[in-house]
Amino acid sequence: MWARAVWLGLRAPLGGRRGFTSKADPQGSGRVTAEVIEHLERLALVDFGSREAVARLEKAIAFADRLHAVHTDGVEPMESVLEDRCLYLRSDNVVEGNCAEELLQNSHRVVEEYFVAPPGMCCPEWFNR
Amino acid sequence: CALAWVYGVSRHRRGAPTGSTSNWIRGQSSLAQQPLHTARKPRKGEHKWAAVVGLEIHAQISSNSKLFSGSQVCFAAPPNSLVSFFDASLPGTLPVLNRRCVEAAVMTGLALNCHINKKSLFDRKHYFYADLPAGYQITQQRLPIAVNGSLTYGICVGKRQSQVTTRTVRVKQIQLEQDSGKSLHDDLRSQTLVDLNRAGVGLLELVLEPDLSCGEEAATAVRELQLILQALGTSQANMAEGQLRVDANVSVHHPGEPLGVRTEVKNLNSIRFLAKAIDYEIQRQIKELENGGEILNETRSFDYKLGCTVPMRDKEGKQDYRFMPEPNLPPLLLYDATSLPAGADSQQVINIDQIRERLPELPSVTRERLVQQYEMLPEHSFTLLNEVGLLEFFQNVIKETRAEPKKVTSWVLNTFLGYLKQQNLAVRESPVTASALAELLDLLDSKAISSSAAKQVFEELWKHEGKTPTQIVSEKKLELMQDQEALEQLCHSVMQGHPQVVMDVKKGNPRAINRLIGLVRKATLSRADPAVIKAILEKQLSCHGSCPPA
Repeated sequence: MWARAVWLGLRAPLGGRRGFTSKADPQGSGRVTAEVIEHLERLALVDFGSREAVARLEKAIAFADRLHAVHTDGVEPMESVLEDRCLYLRSDNVVEGNCAEELLQNSHRVVEEYFVAPPGMCCPEWFNR
Repeated sequence: CALAWVYGVSRHRRGAPTGSTSNWIRGQSSLAQQPLHTARKPRKGEHKWAAVVGLEIHAQISSNSKLFSGSQVCFAAPPNSLVSFFDASLPGTLPVLNRRCVEAAVMTGLALNCHINKKSLFDRKHYFYADLPAGYQITQQRLPIAVNGSLTYGICVGKRQSQVTTRTVRVKQIQLEQDSGKSLHDDLRSQTLVDLNRAGVGLLELVLEPDLSCGEEAATAVRELQLILQALGTSQANMAEGQLRVDANVSVHHPGEPLGVRTEVKNLNSIRFLAKAIDYEIQRQIKELENGGEILNETRSFDYKLGCTVPMRDKEGKQDYRFMPEPNLPPLLLYDATSLPAGADSQQVINIDQIRERLPELPSVTRERLVQQYEMLPEHSFTLLNEVGLLEFFQNVIKETRAEPKKVTSWVLNTFLGYLKQQNLAVRESPVTASALAELLDLLDSKAISSSAAKQVFEELWKHEGKTPTQIVSEKKLELMQDQEALEQLCHSVMQGHPQVVMDVKKGNPRAINRLIGLVRKATLSRADPAVIKAILEKQLSCHGSCPPA
């Protein structure tokens, strides 16, 4: 995990509607801080191993920001391309399951019909390794 | 929890549902006698404390199959035997919504007076944990299926906790979401074993507004919710089996000041511990603040053995769930009688009005009916419903006995329930059956035995030796004397044997007659009805002894 923070380019909250470069950032440098990189790595379990990876991320964000060129004031956001589709309702019958053996074959380690999770998968220390 | 209410009333009035404020005011004055929420006696002019409790409740939906897949929902089964490819999050699988779960959500929303959103949406809530194979949970964060409802519950007030007053807690929203699997931590071998049987089971998350102010209110509200869910059949709501999980958010503040920092208390798997944990946490926060400390916004767990809350492992700052719309599910659309599309497949549409018409009788209506039908007090109806199996027992006795309902109510709620409580038994563990009690009450009703004899018979029945009430009565010779003449003779001879007492009666001493009655009763070995004895004595006394018995 490595990232070089040049200066604080990001003011908008994560996941905010406006994305990472906001009107609040007058320089518009599009730099992603080390803090944000660490946060993303913890949340998404990805590894921004190099300066190049961070640069690629910054370019991707800049590319997506071109969406701001479209005026969307007063337009209802589309949340799903399926919005006009009918949500199919299934009847409450048992039709699946009973395939423990098959499923367990996918697991690297198994103990008596239980999946074995990698050690420490459930504690914060793992995220801080 | 009186103190919170002294201030709570004004706080609640600001946004409170109508109709219940007057009850709160009544409740307030009768609660004023109860102890206050303070760690020590407040100094003059010092502010008192008010506690605020908000509950998040997860109820497992009672359905055959899971929320988005066709694998079975079942409590104890071999590990990973109830898991479909979708539940295991194998690539290429998609969620398919279970109609029954939607109906359960609508029914629950209607029963809690919610507004049902005709359009609701599904989202993904992301976090990593061994028992969440997909890395996200499908839930309804943006637009849940039901909002803005209320849950009304009855709380005991008064000098002897004998009166019931109703209070209401607002329901913020109800949403459909997936349950996770189960992880078993094997610390010895540093590994975590995962069973996905529970992964994907449908849950109803109910978020209550922080209108509660103490453990008792929270416990009562949750109990009422349990009864409602069970009456609807939407969840079996058994806390011990994890079908109902409650998390409590607790904070304290001085009335009039802003709300305090809240802590979240988890791992509450019984109603009793729910109340204990909340009250402990309230006191802990008050003590901490009064000692100049501060409350951390943390998650705490309730330790049953120690009877206190302890901090859970610290979460990494604030959790960021990165909510996003579930891309594989279109919006969920519900209809009512007016908006139902013509010619629609009945299996593919959900009609809110139809569901409303088919709602079963809710506990509050059942209680009302009991009060009307059997002329019992409201608090009796609450007790009958609160105790598992008691209502059924009561109704079975009513069916089989000639005795009047008020007598049945009294025997079931006082004698029967008293014995159960003393020995910490559930109704289904009772050694006395409804039929046995019905037979006993018939004997009492026909005046074959006195009420004190009946109590004796009941005690014998409790020993569960297989005898019927009639058998016990004859074995122990508890029958009431039916021979009027013999009784008159006895009265006469007792009066002859105790001239002083007779003199006292004639002098007008009101207690003397009771002494006479007592003497006659002893002579009959308690086999005579005191009222009958009294009548005979009075008749004989009025004759001034000049009309001896035949």
